[in-house]
Amino acid sequence: MTRSALEFDRVSKSFFGVAALSDVTLSIPEGCLLGLIGENGAGKSTLMNALAGVITPDQGTMRLFGVPFHPTCPADATRAGIAFIHQELNLFSNLSVVDNLYIDGFPRLCRLPIIDKRKAYRQAAELLTAVDLCLSPATPIELLTPGERQLVEIAKALGRNARIIIFDEPTTSLTAAERSKLFQVIDNLRREGRTIIYISHSLDDVLRLADTIAVLRDGKLVSTGPGDQYSANRMVADMVGREIAQMYPARASAPGPESVLDVKSLTQPGMIKDISFTLHEGEVLGVFGLMGSGRSELARIVYGLDPFKSGSIRVRGTDAGAPSPIRSIRNGVAFVTENRRQEGLLMEAPVSENIDLSSLRRYARYGSARIIDRRAALKAARQMAESLQIKSGSIDRHRAKHLSGGNQQKVVIAKWLLTDPGILILDEPTRGIDVGAKYELYSIINDLASRGTAILYISSELEELTGMCDRILVMSNGEIQAQFRHSEFDQESVLQAAFRGRTTANQTEANGEN
Amino acid sequence: MNERRNKLVSILLNNMPMLLFVLLLIAFGAIAPESLQYQNIENAFKQASYIGIVAIGMTFVLLTGGIDLSVGSNMYVSAVIAGLAMQRYSVGAGPALLLCLVVGAVFGTINAIAVTKLRILPFVATLAMMVSGRGVGLMFSKSRAVAFPDPVTGLGSAELFSLLPYPIVIFALVVGGAALLLHRTQLGRQIYALGYDKEVARKAGINADRVQAAAYILCGLFAALGGFVSVVQLGNVNAGFGKGDEFDAIAAAVLGGVSLFGGVGRVFPGVVLGAVFIQAISIGLVSAQVDLYLHPLITAAVIFSAVLADSLRNTYLKKLSRRNIRLEV
Ligand SMILES: Nc1ncnc2c1ncn2[C@@H]1O[C@H](COP(=O)(O)OP(=O)(O)OP(=O)(O)O)[C@@H](O)[C@H]1O
Ligand SMILES: [Mg+2]
Repeated sequence: MTRSALEFDRVSKSFFGVAALSDVTLSIPEGCLLGLIGENGAGKSTLMNALAGVITPDQGTMRLFGVPFHPTCPADATRAGIAFIHQELNLFSNLSVVDNLYIDGFPRLCRLPIIDKRKAYRQAAELLTAVDLCLSPATPIELLTPGERQLVEIAKALGRNARIIIFDEPTTSLTAAERSKLFQVIDNLRREGRTIIYISHSLDDVLRLADTIAVLRDGKLVSTGPGDQYSANRMVADMVGREIAQMYPARASAPGPESVLDVKSLTQPGMIKDISFTLHEGEVLGVFGLMGSGRSELARIVYGLDPFKSGSIRVRGTDAGAPSPIRSIRNGVAFVTENRRQEGLLMEAPVSENIDLSSLRRYARYGSARIIDRRAALKAARQMAESLQIKSGSIDRHRAKHLSGGNQQKVVIAKWLLTDPGILILDEPTRGIDVGAKYELYSIINDLASRGTAILYISSELEELTGMCDRILVMSNGEIQAQFRHSEFDQESVLQAAFRGRTTANQTEANGEN
Repeated sequence: MNERRNKLVSILLNNMPMLLFVLLLIAFGAIAPESLQYQNIENAFKQASYIGIVAIGMTFVLLTGGIDLSVGSNMYVSAVIAGLAMQRYSVGAGPALLLCLVVGAVFGTINAIAVTKLRILPFVATLAMMVSGRGVGLMFSKSRAVAFPDPVTGLGSAELFSLLPYPIVIFALVVGGAALLLHRTQLGRQIYALGYDKEVARKAGINADRVQAAAYILCGLFAALGGFVSVVQLGNVNAGFGKGDEFDAIAAAVLGGVSLFGGVGRVFPGVVLGAVFIQAISIGLVSAQVDLYLHPLITAAVIFSAVLADSLRNTYLKKLSRRNIRLEV
């Protein structure tokens, strides 16, 4: 009989009168990996924030190895052996890896308040080796990829000798290789007897990793039990509160003959090479590639965020020249970027203003006075928020920064959908979003396509692309390696194409690190 | 080939303060070769030492992402109180310096409380202190100049081992101490962390309020020390003492590469060069006999172009540091 590492007893928390957690009672045995799942806004991060001292619960108690535990600040939790790897990583990108590892407790030179630099570097190097990361501890965080940053966070947890480690959606921005490396590291941690809480929207990952599963819905614990008692279907049903029969809604329309976006021999040294494709009216064109294959770079160049050296981009038959974001918006091109949080939100502004931001022009009234018809704008924002199931307080008051991670993602998507674009570029739109909302987003995409919008859909989830797209382009090493029509979709050959030219790409990555 | 050029460009851009400084020296050499004598250069450093010390204090606050507009008034109050103590109670130079530093630290502590406990925006809190601080100083001095006695003012022209003037020695010690504090102590690293993002710092287990408070207190302490070093050279404190120095200090820090957004910048060589730079411009303008009314305009133009160059640099560096995904042959 193993003892409990952690017990929550009737823990509740509300924000501005809205309950985010109500009466959560849950116990986690020592050395166990708990998979914590739930829809966006279900309260997963909030529960972990309570444990890590980021917030204090309104009611209820927590026990750590049988002892009552009431952290009042994150430092309390760290001291008690809890490490929290946040959904949005909590690193200082202006500082080096060592600084980040020891920022709240550097090794000191004989008790003086002076940092023992040599010792810090040596220990840091050991920790980095333990998580299989070949980097100098002096490297600034800003030069690391998201996957490497994740591993730095884990190294930090190891350095504290944390007994309980919380992963809040750790895989959202990892490459496939980084993800399997992460799983290996997690397996090692579990073997060492550490207790792990793993939050994710990737149900397959949770099924694969978890010993125990707990499901939250609307701040309540709806079910918990050993991992082998759960199937993907049961997880979805528990999370959403109803059965979801199919993952992908059926498409009613087919692409039209007219081409709206014509890309010819687009080349930018170091990024992409000789890319040509045509996007038709009402077509959903998938772009598949591993991370670092050039798919996001292609999107940024087409939208006008980055320059290109040669080639051409034609929108509806006219040459767009060197595109800029402003010209793209005027041409009816919308771009949902991969880094939605950094590039897409006004954190202090209410949800509705964020949603309206890019389509305000449409609500300008009274001729040249261009005064915004706020009521119409708010109504449109509310409709969009409802159809994407954004979980928020009153949207004209609730600030974007107070939304859950997944709901923030939805707000950015809502903003671009509302512009009613002629060409929509989506880069990993379902990342961090729960199953129910995914289905809604797919339906909206189908709906847009049937009304003639051309969609460029970038994703690293092959299944998603095969479920949604008319055609798929496969990229690797900055080039298009293959192209498949809907009837030819075949997992095996797509993956093969995606790995083509990877060896040289890896060399480049190694060069970049020097 | 291209690689190497990029590397060179990024080295140059990363050492912008140094580069500007060299350019300035070349300009002086071309316009007025006699200005590059050892004596003139020593003078530039000597006169720059007080503003340099204040600028280093300011750097702590700027690194946290804040600002301290009250350093000029702080210099005034602490110097007035130290001067009066010497005049009325004939305390010695050592205790007077100590008193001056204590007043400066108290001044900084008030700022720290206003910013961390009362949660007033740094700009507003220190602006209030700038106004009220000078008022308090004027109350003590009755708006009259306060003269410092001889033994103290003698220090202004004295030299260590008859080699280096004391102001430069003190400046050098401050630079060394500040660099040690920022790069080799936990507090220093946490100041940088705080400047990146206060909420992230809190989640990382840093006592963010305490670190922020420390920055303001250190800034107050260094402002008072800078003021003392200046008085020692001037001999007395008149009612306008320190007025406008807050802007020179901020300009010196920014010229030296400290970001107003926090989290980025170094004391050495950056801020040191920034301070000497500002002083050198005015010395250069005087020795080139430029119209007095043009001085502020020219100084402003130089600072503006330095800051502009800095922001261009950041955009360019960001571009350079993007990883390539393809290997081009
Ligand atoms: N600081 C806050 N102020 C106000 N409301 C908040 C705050 N933090 C969380 N909430 C609300 O609490 C609810 C639960 O949020 P939480 O972040 O725990 O969701 P989550 O389960 O982690 O979702 P996701 O999968 O999207 O990350 C959300 O509705 C959110 O709007
Ligand atoms: Mg969350």
